[in-house]
Amino acid sequence: MADKPIEGEKKAFMTGNEVVAWAALAAGAEIMYGYPITPQNEIMHYWTRLAPKFNRKFLQTEDELSAGFTTIGGVLAGKRAFTATAGPGNTLMQEPMSMAEMMRLPTVVVIQQRGGPSTATVIYSQQEVTMTTYGGNGEGLRIVYSTSNHQELFDYTIKAFNTAWKYRFPTFILGDGYQAKMRESLTIYDPEVRGIEMVPTTPYVLRPGQIGVNREPNHLRNTYNTEEELYEVLQKHISAYNEVAPEIVEYQEFGTEDAEIVVVSHGVVFRSCKGAVQELREEGLRVGYFRPITLRPFPGEQLRKVAERARMLLIVESAYGQLAKLVKDAIFGCSVRIEGLFKPGVGITSEEVVTKVKELL
Amino acid sequence: MSNHELPRMPKSWRLESKPHKFCPGCGHGLVLKALGMAIDELGIQDRVVFGCDIGCSLLAWDFFNVDTIQTHHGRTTPVVTGVKRANPEAIVIAYMGDGGGYAIGSQHLVNAAARNELITAILVNNTNYGMTGGQMAPTTLPGQKTETTPYGRDVKEAGYPTQGPEMVAAIAREGAYVARGTIANLKQLTRFIKKALQNQMEGRGFSFVEVLSACPTNWRTNAKDTWEFVEKEMTKYFKVGEIKVPAAEGGETDE
Amino acid sequence: MSNTAVRSKVVKIALAGEGGQGVQSVAEILAEAANDEGREALYIPNFGVEQRGGVSVAYLQIADKPIAAPKFQTADIVVALSDRAIFRTKQYVGPETLFVYDSSIQGVSEEDLPRNARKILAIPALETANSELHPRVFNIIIMGAVIKATGVVSMEGAKKAIEKKLGYKFEQNPALRELNFKALEKGAELVEKLL
Repeated sequence: MADKPIEGEKKAFMTGNEVVAWAALAAGAEIMYGYPITPQNEIMHYWTRLAPKFNRKFLQTEDELSAGFTTIGGVLAGKRAFTATAGPGNTLMQEPMSMAEMMRLPTVVVIQQRGGPSTATVIYSQQEVTMTTYGGNGEGLRIVYSTSNHQELFDYTIKAFNTAWKYRFPTFILGDGYQAKMRESLTIYDPEVRGIEMVPTTPYVLRPGQIGVNREPNHLRNTYNTEEELYEVLQKHISAYNEVAPEIVEYQEFGTEDAEIVVVSHGVVFRSCKGAVQELREEGLRVGYFRPITLRPFPGEQLRKVAERARMLLIVESAYGQLAKLVKDAIFGCSVRIEGLFKPGVGITSEEVVTKVKELL
Repeated sequence: MSNHELPRMPKSWRLESKPHKFCPGCGHGLVLKALGMAIDELGIQDRVVFGCDIGCSLLAWDFFNVDTIQTHHGRTTPVVTGVKRANPEAIVIAYMGDGGGYAIGSQHLVNAAARNELITAILVNNTNYGMTGGQMAPTTLPGQKTETTPYGRDVKEAGYPTQGPEMVAAIAREGAYVARGTIANLKQLTRFIKKALQNQMEGRGFSFVEVLSACPTNWRTNAKDTWEFVEKEMTKYFKVGEIKVPAAEGGETDE
Repeated sequence: MSNTAVRSKVVKIALAGEGGQGVQSVAEILAEAANDEGREALYIPNFGVEQRGGVSVAYLQIADKPIAAPKFQTADIVVALSDRAIFRTKQYVGPETLFVYDSSIQGVSEEDLPRNARKILAIPALETANSELHPRVFNIIIMGAVIKATGVVSMEGAKKAIEKKLGYKFEQNPALRELNFKALEKGAELVEKLL
């Protein structure tokens, strides 16, 4: 049995779902729990082919509720555990993830967004932003990375395990059907050769020792009796979240110093926006971009600075204003004009962004 | 029942959380006593992960001096399945009510049984949703009055009581252990639970014990009527005894 | 089309056919070949409920710089291998598009073809496969045609990528290798005559 899934680093040309499976292996994920739903299925397909070779495990559950709750069980046992889902599966996944949020459990969930609402399409969208960032009956105490290409999908899947176990908040990789199914090149690597140290995991249950002798039993709950009791717990969670948020926040910006229009986008749509902005810049137009990599926590302060300088923000997304909501919330009070190019459930090309910007300039 | 056979408080119970939070006359305390004694007798306190569901079973979240996870309604089965799959050394228990096991979480119970998961599920059947104020449960008896069947459960509208262990026994394969005990026979119940845990420890298969229990608060019964209901009414629909026993294990019926 | 002209921009290719005609394999092999030649390649199949029994579309882009969106509005070359594929892919045709379809497709009239294409080519790929080679290499003929028309990869690179994908079959039956390589050359010839 080979001990390392990836020796050193190597160029690869593969689908995004395959990328996720390799990244989870490289990150030392020990068990995947999953339930079939398009377009994430191949994550399970590759994982089940690769996992036994590296002594990793898999359980196919009866639904996404079970996939989420078994993932929680795996984490409680002290393992790097993960699951993957999409669309209606993500809807069900919100129940277990609200428990992970309440109990601050380091679950890792990969979402490959598909069309919504309902069954919609199995193809693509960016319509699971609101649900992934703020889903469940809670306050959105999660970490959500929105990737835009296969290299990021690999890098951030590894990172997600470390972020989760370091900060102990449920962590999500927000991909989409395009990223899941397309093939492009990337470099896959053993985290160690890049100097990435995996954050050690610790069990919540069955810790070493003997009860009453040298260890106390752990009593974990998500139910509280009184308003005050809950309030106290949530205040702690919220302040812990706010404290670490600045360390977690990631974003990219370009040309925002002098841009009249700043194009705001995330995920795979960012590729089109970046291409469009580069093209417009080459034409001498004052256009820039801002791209949140973390949608939770959101790089609000950074965007506010940009918004205060710009004449206009153009928000581009394959959803009807879900990113826009995060943006507006982050820059509330700022007088910048906000425009949208919203195409729910449909891909957006650079050409469309160029056309839209030129209309607005 | 002598003190010698049944010590007043199992060693695995948590002193700090006693007296417990269940209503006077509630059956949970007795079920948890049987479970506590089974844990003591097997000497597995350090290896147990006790999961408790939503409903009155959640009040057991700090009941034992064992690692405990209080989960969501119906989701205790997958949580402890996840623990067991990740750490096969664990002895996991999913403790739930009839609503959690037979209604909102029935898919988990059915599929855990079908996969022959090496977990032990203990389901307390008190014929109603106690925590939420006494609504009809899958186990409510025909004609029984609850908050949502104020004129009695009409089987034409609401069907017959779920025969849980019979269902699980039909799904589970060789190696599974399925029994129905009752709080009216604590010695037998302790044996059933002990066997269920041993079945898991020996890696034979899924183990499931339903327990006929009492809810005098929502039944609005006095002590005499409570016991009559448990011993006479419930047993008309729910037969006490072992329903499925691995070939390697000797079975027993009612005593 | 000169090589430098091609390499200064992203080449966008849409291949469409009936399930089983092998358009996804063509796109995948071309993408692999381009990647192996050190170029940027992005390939995405259409998928969805229509992948069962519908038109299969492969979107392929090859460039020397990172590629933006995985799908595109207008292709440089559209290859349609059935009547339904023609209707489905007309939307990707613009004034710069080379539109290629198989000349054996029945029931397609002049007005069914896109009117705004730079050029329309009808190539007898299916007929050539059936009469001169073997029906199973129909899609490799198409690959040869695409390579000739776009220059996105070298013939050598394509052969290496075919070898990579089908090598295990060639091991058992070396004649298959010859058949595939011949089909590739034949596809190129079919286009060369018409361009």
